[in-house]
Amino acid sequence: MTTADAKRVDTILKGREGASGELIEALQDIQDAFKYLPEEALRSVSEKMAVPLIEVFRVANYYKAFTLQPRGRHLLTVCMGTACHVRGAPRFLDEVLGQLDIKPGETTEDGDFTVETVNCLGACALGPVVVLDGKYHDHMTAGKLRALIQGTLSKKAKKTGDR
Amino acid sequence: MRTIACMEDLEKLAEQKRKENRGYSRTVTLCAGTGCCASGCLSVIKALREELERLKLKEKIKIRATGCHGFCEQGPLMVIEPGNIFYCRIKPEDIPEIVAETLQKDRLIERLMYTDPSSGRKIACEAEIPFYKAQDRTVLGQNKLVDPCAVGDYIANGGYSALVKVLTSMKPEEVIDEIKRSGLRGRGGGGFPAGRQWEYCRQAEGEPKYVICNADEGDPGAYMDRSVLEGNPHVVIEGMLIGAFAIGAKHGFIYVRNEYPLAVEHSKIAVEQAGKLGLLGTNILGTDFSFDIKIARGGGAFVCGESTALMASLEGMVGEPRPKDIHTTDKGFKDLPTNLNNVETWANVPFIINKGSSWFASKGTSGSKGTKIFALTGQIRNTGLVEISMGTTLREIIYDIGGGSATGKKIKAVQTGGPSGGCLPEELFDLPVDFEALAEAGSMVGSGGMVVMDEDTCMVDVARYFLEFLLDESCGKCVPCRIGLSRMLEIIKDITEGRGTEEKLELLKDTAETVSVASLCALGKTAPNPVLSTIKYFRSEYEAHIKKKQCPAGVCRELIHYSIDRDKCTGCGVCLTACPHEAITGEKGKVHRIEDDKCRKCGICGEACKFGAIKLS
Repeated sequence: MTTADAKRVDTILKGREGASGELIEALQDIQDAFKYLPEEALRSVSEKMAVPLIEVFRVANYYKAFTLQPRGRHLLTVCMGTACHVRGAPRFLDEVLGQLDIKPGETTEDGDFTVETVNCLGACALGPVVVLDGKYHDHMTAGKLRALIQGTLSKKAKKTGDR
Repeated sequence: MRTIACMEDLEKLAEQKRKENRGYSRTVTLCAGTGCCASGCLSVIKALREELERLKLKEKIKIRATGCHGFCEQGPLMVIEPGNIFYCRIKPEDIPEIVAETLQKDRLIERLMYTDPSSGRKIACEAEIPFYKAQDRTVLGQNKLVDPCAVGDYIANGGYSALVKVLTSMKPEEVIDEIKRSGLRGRGGGGFPAGRQWEYCRQAEGEPKYVICNADEGDPGAYMDRSVLEGNPHVVIEGMLIGAFAIGAKHGFIYVRNEYPLAVEHSKIAVEQAGKLGLLGTNILGTDFSFDIKIARGGGAFVCGESTALMASLEGMVGEPRPKDIHTTDKGFKDLPTNLNNVETWANVPFIINKGSSWFASKGTSGSKGTKIFALTGQIRNTGLVEISMGTTLREIIYDIGGGSATGKKIKAVQTGGPSGGCLPEELFDLPVDFEALAEAGSMVGSGGMVVMDEDTCMVDVARYFLEFLLDESCGKCVPCRIGLSRMLEIIKDITEGRGTEEKLELLKDTAETVSVASLCALGKTAPNPVLSTIKYFRSEYEAHIKKKQCPAGVCRELIHYSIDRDKCTGCGVCLTACPHEAITGEKGKVHRIEDDKCRKCGICGEACKFGAIKLS
């Protein structure tokens, strides 16, 4: 972690010294800032909030909102809720495997994509739904998902080409 | 903004806001709930703003971006008042015409009106649309009247008057009596009488006391609480304030799913606004009642919807439930008396106080009073949120409001209550929606998910889906849930993959009953419901998997086979490109074929083929 990163962690933990009840909130903020929970940040959390490191790791491991591995530049979330399931969402994982060669929870080798599943996004009327970098895409089909992934990849190719 | 100290202040502010609203000749309400946002409402709102600006109509026409109207299927939605004109599936390109024709010349645009699919008739008025007509939208109906980020809107519509009434004219015991008389039961799944729960908490020893709003809506296929909290956060806050006064609580929490960013944001804004008006904080309305609310974001664990697990999570620990022989109303958050209700329960409280317990109790059945919001989803034409009087039958909800099947295929089941509920067959669609009636049939009202399934859904696969979900979400603290669910899943997997036997089916039922009796919390206790209800009502599907090694719905991958119909295939190559597993070969213009060893039976080829040449057997 750079000094700037350490400072960001310090800012997040400010006012939370010794407040063990705020542990999850603090981890949420760190996750938001870094897109994952860096080990050094967890060590600072443990020290400043007076929570044993093992407990910090336990909480970080327990909740789905947290990840201990850095995520890719693009985050694709596939909703696996019941409404999406009965409308064919499991197919999207085949499409992802075919296009990116990764399973849910994994990140592509080049760090471009992380694919995650979620149990329900509460947007059931639009199902099946996927979210790419925070943007909801409704009534998905495998074909639309392929175009979405390819579109994101080609944008990147274009950018690299411009350089 | 000045703080509100008494009823007159509130009235004055409400009148001032109403006067402001009367200054506009027209109000255009646009749904900006999560559903409509995903269908592009934000660009529609932007286009409307720019057009009104361009035509210098900003002072005459008010734009109100609100929470969810419920009819998500038709989004983006617009309602123009006065006139109750309803336009759906609006695109930014439609805006100039809407402004020029409807807003300026009072002419309707037929193309944007809703078409009733059964009659083909165009309907102009929102209230006339069958989807809305058959509902009783007490709580949800407020969403379209208020901008969730503008407390003034809420107050102009009578908001916080129930709080003022309670603080100025009622004793805490009277409030509790009123809630008890109304018959309000918890809307989160448990269905426990809210008034009695409040009373236990009031009588419990220990200070300070807490109230919690459970907005950790984890049931897949349900989003009622999301829409209420996103669309009308102040009604939830007002309900909590009234509850806190009745119970004698000083602090409150809204525990909201982090997957609901808009709900987090809107409730934070609302808490801040209520604080500025003096409706949260110390000495509210000049009385000695003080109460504050903190927003806590959930960590994404389904089990945290369980009250003791939620409270552990609020304390910064892992969300594991504990035995409930000591109730949370005695020892909850930090071992102090705590009252937890979900979003919808709190949202009903101000209405009961304002309109009276007998008004509330006049709706519903003998044991289940009032209205309940359901998320109607799955293979149904009108997906969206519906609010109905308790006692309405499943058939009325699915056919009259929901408009029946989306695909024209026969609807065979409805799943209610999420992973804790069960699947009810078409024969039981005349059951009234009532806590007891659904529980007797092996399902539950639950938090309000209602997923409709047609012939293309395999009921064994649905049972497997829920088991996988529950096993993944089980915290692992107690053995029956942790081990029992994984043994159950093994058996179900064997069945869906063609290795099932009839003896194992009996073992599955036995195990399910053990898990149900011996688990620590409601997650485990209700986990067998999806399995038991599908065995009870759809046994023939289990038998087809076990005896004939067939999946009648064509879903279970190990039991199905894809091939290409030689007569229909044109050799266009679309399936070849679409297959993510490179399992299709063939030359352009010639019949293609599927290589069985590579085919993973995802069915994407079938979705892509325009000639119906992909055969499923």
